[in-house]
Amino acid sequence: MDIDVHKVAMLSRIRLTDEEAAHLGPQLANIMGYIEQLSQVNTEGVTPTAHPHDVAMPQRPDVVSNANRRDALQRPAPNTESGLYVVPKVIE
Amino acid sequence: MPFSTLSDLKARLDAGETTAVELAKQYLARIDAHNGKLNAFVDVDHQHILEQAQASDAHRAKHGPRELEGLPIAIKDIFCTQDGPTTCCSNILKGYHAPYDAHVITRLKKAGAVLLGKTNMDEFAMGSSNETSAFGPCRNPWDVERIPGGSSGGSASAVAGGMAPAALGTDTGGSIRQPAAVCGITGLKPTYGRVSRRGIIAFASSLDQAGPMARTVKDSALISSVLCGHDSGDSTSVADAPDVDWLKACEARDMKGLKIGKPKEYFVDGMDAGVRSAVESALAKCVELGAEIVDISLPHTASAVAAYYVIAPSEASANLSRYDGVRFGHRCENPNDLLDMYTRSRDEGFGDEVKRRILTGTFALSSGYYDAYYLKAQQVRTLIRQDFLDAFEQVDVIATPTSPIPAFKVGEKTDDPITMYLSDIFTIALNLAGLPGMSQPCGFVEGLPVGLQWIAPAWREDALLAAGSAYEAATDWTTKAPKGFGGAA
Repeated sequence: MDIDVHKVAMLSRIRLTDEEAAHLGPQLANIMGYIEQLSQVNTEGVTPTAHPHDVAMPQRPDVVSNANRRDALQRPAPNTESGLYVVPKVIE
Repeated sequence: MPFSTLSDLKARLDAGETTAVELAKQYLARIDAHNGKLNAFVDVDHQHILEQAQASDAHRAKHGPRELEGLPIAIKDIFCTQDGPTTCCSNILKGYHAPYDAHVITRLKKAGAVLLGKTNMDEFAMGSSNETSAFGPCRNPWDVERIPGGSSGGSASAVAGGMAPAALGTDTGGSIRQPAAVCGITGLKPTYGRVSRRGIIAFASSLDQAGPMARTVKDSALISSVLCGHDSGDSTSVADAPDVDWLKACEARDMKGLKIGKPKEYFVDGMDAGVRSAVESALAKCVELGAEIVDISLPHTASAVAAYYVIAPSEASANLSRYDGVRFGHRCENPNDLLDMYTRSRDEGFGDEVKRRILTGTFALSSGYYDAYYLKAQQVRTLIRQDFLDAFEQVDVIATPTSPIPAFKVGEKTDDPITMYLSDIFTIALNLAGLPGMSQPCGFVEGLPVGLQWIAPAWREDALLAAGSAYEAATDWTTKAPKGFGGAA
């Protein structure tokens, strides 16, 4: 199977060095080759699984349950300022 | 002490023969002595563990014991815990401290358990050998040259090596049952939706489920009784799940009238002959106990691994998009721009297996391929579910080997991802079907443990526990422990 591993890596937002691409590209092709066997299963008219059980999604009362924990939630961030996440410039 | 069951420790605590602090000290001493060889724990905070034990003894003195009062339980590094690091054994979460506890951690704490450190695992639970961990491979106490299984390898190794009486694991395609099998302990994966996934780092959300890893069936039931139950904070936690009397189910001592399905697709050429013969002997024992063995077929079994390796990586590729270097986790040095920050942070933070699965999932979901892969796999999943529904028209439970092979040597299978994926050939189908499953020890092949897997209809964990308890009581496999770590093998 012919897969453009650099394109898939860009869609995945993962940089691949040439060395990594040379190593992971053929492996990805092998994995997809293995998966190809699914095409032999007759699934005509079969409903795809959306949930393993026939159950209704539970509902909960429409009330605010999350307290303001901004500081605690931002503590693991690499870079914050005045309660905002700092990232490289997005618009030139 | 190191190989005591949780139930025995509970009885000793209740009788006043020991205290939570004493137990914590004893297990910490075991960890100090043996973790260097096994690498089962990746974080152990002695002081915090002793503080929890002191608080538990104080609670007992003042209010009496709760369900798991003072019992030490090791935690797979996939569960968010407010105290100490939570890394999923990935470099991308190095140094991460979760701002909240996973729902099941809250449940364990409310039941009085003492959380005994974080255990090693495959990175983001992606692996079957614990070799993809950023902390290095964990070892099997029965032979330290060998893998403890995965992804919950650290939890299995900790219990089998007598460094913890029980542990929490998670199971997406076999990650509780397969390591339990190859380390000679018991592991239970509950029905999908029975245990809240909130605060458990997500791998494949339609498959992930947490459960206990312990020395006996009853110990697994005791922990399950605390873990299970509705959580309004997880939309996939089922609100009206039929209840199970966890401990009563463990009182079964015979199998009179029990119909056990033996699927021909799980006894195949290519599996280890010793594993096959151990499982066949176990089934013979079940007949002695009154069970009837019924030959059945689960015709779509052969497609389960392929369907899984579309569905799980697809869900993983979406779940792991959150590691973007913005809100938590690793950020690369001096990014040129936003795209460079995303792509380089993720390249530096993720290991090879995680990258392989993100790439696989991204490809399967990419424009033009969705119908051929994801949709097709979800249709095959329906056929696999239907196979089980049909089988349970004829039988009460299904028995199979857990793993086709005993533990292999560290490094033996790392070059070929597909060979590694096939280690889960007998465990994956029931995740796709959302069913409960349990592995328990049923013998040895050349000194390496073999696991017997039970599968039950949805919400019928009691059927697993009853069959497992009767088998366990009629055999002595749970009394075995590895000689190299002080056990009588």
